[in-house]
Amino acid sequence: MNTDTHAAHADHHHDDNSHGSLSTYLLGFVLSVVLTAIPFWLVMSGALPSKQITALVIMAFAVVQIVVHMIYFLHMNTKSENGWSMMALIFTIVMVVIALSGSLWVMSHLNSNMMPIHQMTGMK
Amino acid sequence: MTIAVNPTQSGEPIFYLADEHPHPEGWSTSLGFWIYLMSDCLIFAILFATFGVLGGNYSAGPAPKDLFDLSLVAVNTSMLLLSSITYGFAMLTMAQNRIGATQMWLAITGLFGLAFIGIELTEFAHMIHEGATPQRSAFLSAFFTLVGTHGLHVSCGLIWLVTLMVQVWKFGLIEANRRRLMCLSMFWHFLDVVWIGVFTFVYLLGVLR
Repeated sequence: MNTDTHAAHADHHHDDNSHGSLSTYLLGFVLSVVLTAIPFWLVMSGALPSKQITALVIMAFAVVQIVVHMIYFLHMNTKSENGWSMMALIFTIVMVVIALSGSLWVMSHLNSNMMPIHQMTGMK
Repeated sequence: MTIAVNPTQSGEPIFYLADEHPHPEGWSTSLGFWIYLMSDCLIFAILFATFGVLGGNYSAGPAPKDLFDLSLVAVNTSMLLLSSITYGFAMLTMAQNRIGATQMWLAITGLFGLAFIGIELTEFAHMIHEGATPQRSAFLSAFFTLVGTHGLHVSCGLIWLVTLMVQVWKFGLIEANRRRLMCLSMFWHFLDVVWIGVFTFVYLLGVLR
């Protein structure tokens, strides 16, 4: 059992030294350039008819580009560190989603439930 | 951990201490550094949430549309993206033990990073000169905190980069330096990921608002 653990550690040490290849880096770069250029162009030219649609489209582009960076630049996969880096990432994503959506949801409700100032000054 | 075995009939358990197997130096560094990056990610999540809540409170001051120059932001974004790919080249040349090429790509990465910081500071100086200071409105406080924290991270990354270049120059591509360069690689690419959020949610959505 002990020797197995040693072998696993040695293996995984070698895994860490693989940093992708020139082609994966270039593919990631080209994808990133395209995924950056399109949202900038959409906003600067106002190509889409409505602001809501533009906003949704550029947010979708951001999500895709984050995934591209994770795979091609950060070499994220389910196997590295025996899956623990993926677990840490998933946990962080859950926390980020809770923090972001929770804050925006609670604060927008608080905003819409605030009494307008002109009504408040009439109350004594 | 102790394991109890009872091979005899006497009923006396015999305890063996499980061996603490040795770990090669730095074997857990990349996971530890990844967990640090994830905690840094939470800092940025909170700053994004703050900006999301306060981003529309202009207090009759300037709005994103009046302040942001998207073509400048596009140039800035390309600086960071280019520095990401050049850092990737540094890692590839490091894997091939080409020390001179590694140093050159690291230096180019540093120059792109410096250009990014320079453009960002110019933008900040321009905004402050126009009266759009962090004290002006909740939107501007949240903006300067979020974008400033990212800029501070990039600046720290630049200091780290120069430190590692000196390390590589003095000691060569030894195991410890390879590990350090790999950590900085993760840090640098992570900052580029955060910047995707910044240019989308702060600049593009801000101008769209």
